[in-house]
Amino acid sequence: MEIPYTVSTRPDTGLWNAKVGIWLFLASEVMLFGGLFSAYIFLRLDAPPGMWPHGLLNVPVGTMNTAILIMSSVTVVLAWAALKMRRYRAYWWYMLATILCGVIFLTVKLVYEWPQKFDHFGAYIKPEALGNYEQYLGNEHAAAKGLPPRLEITGHLHNRAALNDPNIKDYEVALDPVNADPINPAMDRPHFFYMPPTDKIAKIEKEDVQYATMFLPKHSAYFASYFTITGLHGMHVLGGVLVFIYMWLPVSKKLYQRNPEHLANRVEVAGLFWHFVDLIWIFVFPLFYLL
Amino acid sequence: MNNPPDVSQDPKEYEEYAHNVQKHVRGYLMVGALLLAFTAITVALSYVDFGARKANVAVAMFVATLKAGLVAAIFMHLAAEKRLIYRILIFTGFFVFGLFWLIFLAWYDYPVFH
Repeated sequence: MEIPYTVSTRPDTGLWNAKVGIWLFLASEVMLFGGLFSAYIFLRLDAPPGMWPHGLLNVPVGTMNTAILIMSSVTVVLAWAALKMRRYRAYWWYMLATILCGVIFLTVKLVYEWPQKFDHFGAYIKPEALGNYEQYLGNEHAAAKGLPPRLEITGHLHNRAALNDPNIKDYEVALDPVNADPINPAMDRPHFFYMPPTDKIAKIEKEDVQYATMFLPKHSAYFASYFTITGLHGMHVLGGVLVFIYMWLPVSKKLYQRNPEHLANRVEVAGLFWHFVDLIWIFVFPLFYLL
Repeated sequence: MNNPPDVSQDPKEYEEYAHNVQKHVRGYLMVGALLLAFTAITVALSYVDFGARKANVAVAMFVATLKAGLVAAIFMHLAAEKRLIYRILIFTGFFVFGLFWLIFLAWYDYPVFH
Protein backbone atom coordinates (compact mmCIF):
# COMPACT_ATOMS: atom_id res chain seq x y z
CA MET A 1 0.00 0.00 0.00
CA GLU A 2 1.24 3.42 -0.89
CA ILE A 3 1.26 5.88 1.99
CA PRO A 4 -0.41 9.05 0.75
CA TYR A 5 0.90 12.61 0.99
CA THR A 6 4.52 11.85 1.88
CA VAL A 7 5.69 14.60 -0.46
CA SER A 8 2.69 16.40 -1.85
CA THR A 9 0.51 18.40 0.52
CA ARG A 10 -2.89 17.24 1.61
CA PRO A 11 -5.47 19.78 0.47
CA ASP A 12 -7.40 20.07 3.74
CA THR A 13 -4.39 20.43 6.09
CA GLY A 14 -2.06 22.18 3.66
CA LEU A 15 0.74 19.89 4.90
CA TRP A 16 2.28 16.55 4.03
CA ASN A 17 1.11 13.94 6.50
CA ALA A 18 4.31 13.15 8.41
CA LYS A 19 4.62 16.77 9.46
CA VAL A 20 1.22 16.73 11.14
CA GLY A 21 2.13 13.38 12.68
CA ILE A 22 5.43 14.52 14.17
CA TRP A 23 3.87 17.65 15.66
CA LEU A 24 1.11 15.63 17.30
CA PHE A 25 3.79 13.32 18.66
CA LEU A 26 5.85 16.27 19.91
CA ALA A 27 2.74 17.65 21.60
CA SER A 28 2.46 14.40 23.56
CA GLU A 29 6.19 14.59 24.32
CA VAL A 30 5.71 18.07 25.75
CA MET A 31 3.16 16.61 28.15
CA LEU A 32 5.47 13.73 29.07
CA PHE A 33 8.40 15.99 29.93
CA GLY A 34 6.03 18.62 31.32
CA GLY A 35 4.86 16.11 33.93
CA LEU A 36 8.44 15.37 34.95
CA PHE A 37 9.45 19.02 35.04
CA SER A 38 6.44 19.94 37.15
CA ALA A 39 7.37 17.09 39.53
CA TYR A 40 10.86 18.59 39.68
CA ILE A 41 9.47 22.03 40.53
CA PHE A 42 7.20 20.56 43.21
CA LEU A 43 9.98 18.53 44.82
CA ARG A 44 12.38 21.40 44.71
CA LEU A 45 10.03 24.03 46.14
CA ASP A 46 9.12 21.69 48.97
CA ALA A 47 12.68 20.61 49.78
CA PRO A 48 13.54 21.58 53.39
CA PRO A 49 16.48 23.98 53.75
CA GLY A 50 19.75 22.18 52.98
CA MET A 51 18.00 19.23 51.34
CA TRP A 52 18.40 20.32 47.70
CA PRO A 53 22.05 19.76 46.78
CA HIS A 54 24.02 22.24 44.70
CA GLY A 55 27.23 21.81 42.81
CA LEU A 56 27.27 17.99 42.71
CA LEU A 57 27.41 17.78 38.92
CA ASN A 58 30.38 18.48 36.68
CA VAL A 59 29.63 21.85 35.05
CA PRO A 60 32.35 21.92 32.32
CA VAL A 61 31.31 18.45 31.15
CA GLY A 62 27.63 19.46 31.17
CA THR A 63 28.46 22.64 29.23
CA MET A 64 30.40 20.62 26.68
CA ASN A 65 27.49 18.23 26.23
CA THR A 66 25.12 21.19 25.80
CA ALA A 67 27.38 22.61 23.09
CA ILE A 68 27.58 19.21 21.38
CA LEU A 69 23.80 18.92 21.28
CA ILE A 70 23.43 22.46 19.89
CA MET A 71 26.01 21.74 17.19
CA SER A 72 24.18 18.54 16.26
CA SER A 73 20.99 20.58 15.88
CA VAL A 74 22.85 22.82 13.43
CA THR A 75 24.29 19.90 11.46
CA VAL A 76 20.92 18.18 11.13
CA VAL A 77 19.29 21.32 9.75
CA LEU A 78 22.26 21.70 7.38
CA ALA A 79 21.81 18.07 6.31
CA TRP A 80 18.20 18.84 5.48
CA ALA A 81 19.16 22.00 3.57
CA ALA A 82 21.77 20.00 1.64
CA LEU A 83 19.09 17.54 0.56
CA LYS A 84 16.85 20.40 -0.49
CA MET A 85 19.73 21.63 -2.65
CA ARG A 86 20.24 18.06 -3.92
CA ARG A 87 23.76 17.73 -2.58
CA TYR A 88 23.83 14.16 -1.33
CA ARG A 89 27.51 14.08 -0.35
CA ALA A 90 27.15 17.16 1.83
CA TYR A 91 24.04 15.59 3.35
CA TRP A 92 25.96 12.41 4.08
CA TRP A 93 28.71 14.28 5.93
CA TYR A 94 26.33 16.47 7.93
CA MET A 95 24.36 13.39 8.91
CA LEU A 96 27.53 11.62 10.00
CA ALA A 97 28.46 14.66 12.12
CA THR A 98 25.01 14.61 13.73
CA ILE A 99 25.25 10.91 14.54
CA LEU A 100 28.72 11.38 16.02
CA CYS A 101 27.50 14.27 18.19
CA GLY A 102 24.68 12.10 19.53
CA VAL A 103 27.05 9.21 20.22
CA ILE A 104 29.53 11.49 22.02
CA PHE A 105 26.71 12.94 24.14
CA LEU A 106 25.53 9.48 25.18
CA THR A 107 29.05 8.21 25.79
CA VAL A 108 29.85 11.12 28.10
CA LYS A 109 26.63 10.44 30.01
CA LEU A 110 26.95 6.68 30.32
CA VAL A 111 30.71 6.24 30.59
CA TYR A 112 31.66 9.29 32.61
CA GLU A 113 28.85 11.24 34.27
CA TRP A 114 26.57 8.52 35.61
CA PRO A 115 29.32 6.11 36.78
CA GLN A 116 31.03 8.99 38.59
CA LYS A 117 27.79 9.55 40.51
CA PHE A 118 27.42 5.86 41.31
CA ASP A 119 30.93 6.04 42.81
CA HIS A 120 30.24 9.05 45.03
CA PHE A 121 29.02 8.73 48.61
CA GLY A 122 26.87 10.90 50.83
CA ALA A 123 25.76 10.56 54.46
CA TYR A 124 22.99 12.69 55.94
CA ILE A 125 23.75 13.32 59.61
CA LYS A 126 21.00 13.03 62.24
CA PRO A 127 19.88 16.48 63.43
CA GLU A 128 20.98 15.81 67.03
CA ALA A 129 24.45 14.68 65.89
CA LEU A 130 25.20 17.61 63.57
CA GLY A 131 27.30 19.28 66.26
CA ASN A 132 29.71 16.31 66.40
CA TYR A 133 30.66 16.92 62.79
CA GLU A 134 30.89 20.70 62.89
CA GLN A 135 34.53 20.50 61.71
CA TYR A 136 33.29 18.97 58.44
CA LEU A 137 30.02 20.86 58.08
CA GLY A 138 30.88 24.38 59.23
CA ASN A 139 27.29 25.20 60.04
CA GLU A 140 28.18 28.12 62.34
CA HIS A 141 30.00 29.67 59.42
CA ALA A 142 27.10 28.89 57.10
CA ALA A 143 24.55 30.39 59.50
CA ALA A 144 26.65 33.55 59.93
CA LYS A 145 26.76 33.92 56.14
CA GLY A 146 23.04 33.27 55.78
CA LEU A 147 23.67 30.08 53.81
CA PRO A 148 21.39 27.03 54.06
CA PRO A 149 22.51 24.47 56.65
CA ARG A 150 24.78 21.61 55.59
CA LEU A 151 23.26 18.29 56.59
CA GLU A 152 25.32 15.90 54.49
CA ILE A 153 28.93 14.80 54.32
CA THR A 154 30.02 13.67 50.87
CA GLY A 155 33.12 12.17 49.28
CA HIS A 156 34.71 8.89 48.30
CA LEU A 157 33.72 5.94 50.49
CA HIS A 158 36.86 3.97 51.41
CA ASN A 159 35.20 1.04 53.14
CA ARG A 160 32.42 0.28 50.73
CA ALA A 161 31.56 -2.88 52.63
CA ALA A 162 30.21 -0.60 55.35
CA LEU A 163 27.12 0.01 53.25
CA ASN A 164 25.91 -3.57 53.75
CA ASP A 165 27.87 -4.95 56.69
CA PRO A 166 26.19 -4.15 60.03
CA ASN A 167 29.39 -5.13 61.92
CA ILE A 168 31.25 -2.15 60.50
CA LYS A 169 30.43 0.73 62.78
CA ASP A 170 31.57 3.69 60.72
CA TYR A 171 32.01 5.05 57.21
CA GLU A 172 35.51 6.11 56.18
CA VAL A 173 35.09 8.94 53.73
CA ALA A 174 37.73 10.82 51.73
CA LEU A 175 36.04 14.18 52.03
CA ASP A 176 34.88 16.42 49.23
CA PRO A 177 36.59 19.85 49.37
CA VAL A 178 33.52 21.50 50.87
CA ASN A 179 33.57 19.11 53.84
CA ALA A 180 37.36 19.08 54.13
CA ASP A 181 37.51 22.85 54.53
CA PRO A 182 33.94 23.97 55.28
CA ILE A 183 34.70 27.42 56.72
CA ASN A 184 36.75 28.48 53.70
CA PRO A 185 34.66 31.24 52.04
CA ALA A 186 35.66 29.77 48.65
CA MET A 187 33.41 26.80 49.53
CA ASP A 188 30.31 28.93 50.06
CA ARG A 189 29.23 28.55 46.47
CA PRO A 190 29.65 25.71 43.95
CA HIS A 191 32.70 25.81 41.72
CA PHE A 192 32.80 25.77 37.96
CA PHE A 193 35.50 23.12 37.76
CA TYR A 194 34.96 19.75 39.36
CA MET A 195 36.99 19.31 42.54
CA PRO A 196 37.71 15.67 43.36
CA PRO A 197 37.59 14.34 46.93
CA THR A 198 40.60 15.31 49.06
CA ASP A 199 42.98 13.04 50.97
CA LYS A 200 41.42 14.10 54.25
CA ILE A 201 39.56 11.14 55.71
CA ALA A 202 36.69 11.41 58.14
CA LYS A 203 35.18 8.63 60.20
CA ILE A 204 31.43 8.98 60.42
CA GLU A 205 29.74 6.84 63.05
CA LYS A 206 26.80 4.94 61.62
CA GLU A 207 24.86 5.79 64.79
CA ASP A 208 25.02 9.45 63.85
CA VAL A 209 23.86 8.86 60.29
CA GLN A 210 20.26 9.26 59.32
CA TYR A 211 20.67 8.01 55.79
CA ALA A 212 23.73 7.05 53.75
CA THR A 213 23.98 5.93 50.16
CA MET A 214 25.93 6.32 46.97
CA PHE A 215 24.65 9.00 44.57
CA LEU A 216 21.87 6.79 43.23
CA PRO A 217 18.25 7.75 42.54
CA LYS A 218 17.42 6.73 46.12
CA HIS A 219 19.91 9.27 47.48
CA SER A 220 17.53 12.21 47.28
CA ALA A 221 14.63 13.78 45.41
CA TYR A 222 17.32 15.68 43.51
CA PHE A 223 19.06 12.59 42.17
CA ALA A 224 15.78 10.76 41.64
CA SER A 225 14.59 13.51 39.31
CA TYR A 226 18.07 13.93 37.80
CA PHE A 227 18.33 10.28 36.78
CA THR A 228 14.72 10.07 35.63
CA ILE A 229 14.83 13.17 33.44
CA THR A 230 18.35 12.73 32.04
CA GLY A 231 17.63 9.00 31.56
CA LEU A 232 14.47 9.64 29.58
CA HIS A 233 16.24 12.37 27.65
CA GLY A 234 19.13 10.00 26.94
CA MET A 235 16.71 7.42 25.57
CA HIS A 236 15.37 10.08 23.22
CA VAL A 237 18.91 10.87 22.07
CA LEU A 238 19.48 7.15 21.46
CA GLY A 239 16.23 6.90 19.47
CA GLY A 240 17.19 9.91 17.36
CA VAL A 241 20.66 8.50 16.67
CA LEU A 242 19.20 5.16 15.52
CA VAL A 243 16.82 6.91 13.12
CA PHE A 244 19.63 9.10 11.78
CA ILE A 245 21.83 6.03 11.23
CA TYR A 246 19.06 4.51 9.13
CA MET A 247 18.79 7.70 7.10
CA TRP A 248 22.55 7.80 6.63
CA LEU A 249 22.96 4.20 5.44
CA PRO A 250 22.99 3.28 1.72
CA VAL A 251 19.38 2.10 1.97
CA SER A 252 18.33 5.74 2.15
CA LYS A 253 20.38 6.65 -0.88
CA LYS A 254 18.01 4.44 -2.88
CA LEU A 255 15.12 6.53 -1.66
CA TYR A 256 17.06 9.66 -2.55
CA GLN A 257 17.56 8.42 -6.11
CA ARG A 258 13.90 7.54 -6.41
CA ASN A 259 12.44 10.64 -4.77
CA PRO A 260 14.86 13.09 -3.11
CA GLU A 261 12.05 15.19 -1.69
CA HIS A 262 10.72 12.17 0.22
CA LEU A 263 14.06 11.68 1.96
CA ALA A 264 14.29 15.42 2.64
CA ASN A 265 10.89 15.28 4.33
CA ARG A 266 11.93 12.29 6.41
CA VAL A 267 15.04 14.14 7.52
CA GLU A 268 12.97 17.20 8.34
CA VAL A 269 10.63 15.18 10.55
CA ALA A 270 13.48 13.38 12.31
CA GLY A 271 15.18 16.77 12.63
CA LEU A 272 12.10 18.24 14.32
CA PHE A 273 12.30 15.44 16.88
CA TRP A 274 16.01 16.08 17.34
CA HIS A 275 15.51 19.83 17.88
CA PHE A 276 12.89 19.01 20.47
CA VAL A 277 15.38 16.78 22.30
CA ASP A 278 17.87 19.67 22.15
CA LEU A 279 15.19 22.02 23.46
CA ILE A 280 14.53 19.78 26.48
CA TRP A 281 18.24 19.73 27.27
CA ILE A 282 18.34 23.54 27.13
CA PHE A 283 16.13 23.47 30.25
CA VAL A 284 17.65 20.38 31.88
CA PHE A 285 21.16 21.80 31.84
CA PRO A 286 20.62 24.94 33.96
CA LEU A 287 18.02 23.29 36.24
CA PHE A 288 20.26 20.41 37.30
CA TYR A 289 23.82 21.60 36.72
CA LEU A 290 23.74 25.28 37.54
CA LEU A 291 20.92 26.18 39.92
CA MET B 1 13.26 34.59 8.87
CA ASN B 2 11.10 32.73 6.38
CA ASN B 3 11.65 29.13 5.46
CA PRO B 4 12.95 28.07 2.08
CA PRO B 5 10.06 27.42 -0.28
CA ASP B 6 9.32 23.92 -1.52
CA VAL B 7 11.48 22.81 -4.40
CA SER B 8 10.13 23.77 -7.75
CA GLN B 9 9.73 21.01 -10.31
CA ASP B 10 10.84 23.43 -13.00
CA PRO B 11 14.62 23.04 -13.56
CA LYS B 12 14.93 26.66 -14.64
CA GLU B 13 13.75 27.88 -11.29
CA TYR B 14 15.89 25.37 -9.47
CA GLU B 15 19.11 27.34 -9.49
CA GLU B 16 17.43 30.33 -7.95
CA TYR B 17 15.93 28.03 -5.36
CA ALA B 18 19.28 26.49 -4.40
CA HIS B 19 20.65 29.98 -3.95
CA ASN B 20 17.72 30.79 -1.69
CA VAL B 21 18.37 27.80 0.57
CA GLN B 22 22.04 28.78 0.68
CA LYS B 23 21.00 32.10 2.22
CA HIS B 24 19.09 30.27 4.94
CA VAL B 25 22.12 28.13 5.70
CA ARG B 26 23.98 31.25 6.80
CA GLY B 27 21.06 32.03 9.13
CA TYR B 28 21.18 28.54 10.64
CA LEU B 29 24.89 28.88 11.33
CA MET B 30 24.35 32.26 12.98
CA VAL B 31 21.59 30.89 15.19
CA GLY B 32 23.88 28.00 16.17
CA ALA B 33 26.60 30.46 17.16
CA LEU B 34 24.05 32.51 19.13
CA LEU B 35 22.90 29.41 20.99
CA LEU B 36 26.48 28.55 21.94
CA ALA B 37 27.02 32.13 23.14
CA PHE B 38 23.83 31.98 25.21
CA THR B 39 25.03 28.72 26.77
CA ALA B 40 28.25 30.42 27.87
CA ILE B 41 26.20 33.34 29.21
CA THR B 42 23.93 30.99 31.19
CA VAL B 43 26.93 29.32 32.81
CA ALA B 44 28.59 32.65 33.60
CA LEU B 45 25.42 34.17 35.06
CA SER B 46 24.89 31.18 37.35
CA TYR B 47 28.06 32.22 39.21
CA VAL B 48 26.82 35.79 39.65
CA ASP B 49 24.98 36.35 42.93
CA PHE B 50 21.69 38.10 42.15
CA GLY B 51 20.84 38.38 45.83
CA ALA B 52 18.40 35.50 46.08
CA ARG B 53 18.51 32.04 44.56
CA LYS B 54 15.06 32.70 43.14
CA ALA B 55 16.51 35.60 41.14
CA ASN B 56 19.22 33.33 39.74
CA VAL B 57 16.59 30.76 38.76
CA ALA B 58 14.52 33.45 37.05
CA VAL B 59 17.52 34.76 35.08
CA ALA B 60 18.60 31.26 33.99
CA MET B 61 15.07 30.34 32.93
CA PHE B 62 14.77 33.59 30.99
CA VAL B 63 17.92 32.83 28.98
CA ALA B 64 16.83 29.20 28.50
CA THR B 65 13.46 30.37 27.17
CA LEU B 66 15.23 32.69 24.72
CA LYS B 67 17.35 29.77 23.50
CA ALA B 68 14.33 27.47 23.24
CA GLY B 69 12.51 30.19 21.30
CA LEU B 70 15.38 30.41 18.81
CA VAL B 71 15.44 26.64 18.33
CA ALA B 72 11.68 26.48 17.88
CA ALA B 73 11.40 29.52 15.60
CA ILE B 74 14.36 28.89 13.29
CA PHE B 75 15.46 25.25 13.47
CA MET B 76 11.91 23.92 13.83
CA HIS B 77 10.62 26.47 11.29
CA LEU B 78 7.89 27.70 13.62
CA ALA B 79 8.55 31.30 12.55
CA ALA B 80 6.61 30.51 9.38
CA GLU B 81 4.49 27.39 9.60
CA LYS B 82 1.03 26.32 8.49
CA ARG B 83 -1.97 27.21 10.62
CA LEU B 84 -2.77 23.62 11.64
CA ILE B 85 0.57 23.29 13.44
CA TYR B 86 -0.06 26.47 15.41
CA ARG B 87 -3.46 25.11 16.40
CA ILE B 88 -1.91 21.91 17.69
CA LEU B 89 0.60 23.96 19.66
CA ILE B 90 -2.05 26.21 21.18
CA PHE B 91 -3.75 23.10 22.57
CA THR B 92 -0.41 21.83 23.86
CA GLY B 93 0.37 25.15 25.51
CA PHE B 94 -3.03 25.21 27.19
CA PHE B 95 -2.63 21.74 28.68
CA VAL B 96 0.97 22.27 29.76
CA PHE B 97 -0.05 25.47 31.49
CA GLY B 98 -2.82 23.53 33.24
CA LEU B 99 -0.33 20.87 34.31
CA PHE B 100 2.00 23.39 35.91
CA TRP B 101 -0.91 25.28 37.39
CA LEU B 102 -2.11 22.13 39.17
CA ILE B 103 1.35 21.72 40.66
CA PHE B 104 1.24 25.21 42.11
CA LEU B 105 -2.26 24.64 43.50
CA ALA B 106 -1.01 21.45 45.17
CA TRP B 107 1.99 23.29 46.52
CA TYR B 108 -0.17 25.89 48.25
CA ASP B 109 -2.10 23.04 49.87
CA TYR B 110 1.03 22.07 51.79
CA PRO B 111 2.14 25.16 53.72
CA VAL B 112 5.24 23.51 55.17
CA PHE B 113 8.35 25.48 54.25
CA HIS B 114 6.92 28.55 52.61
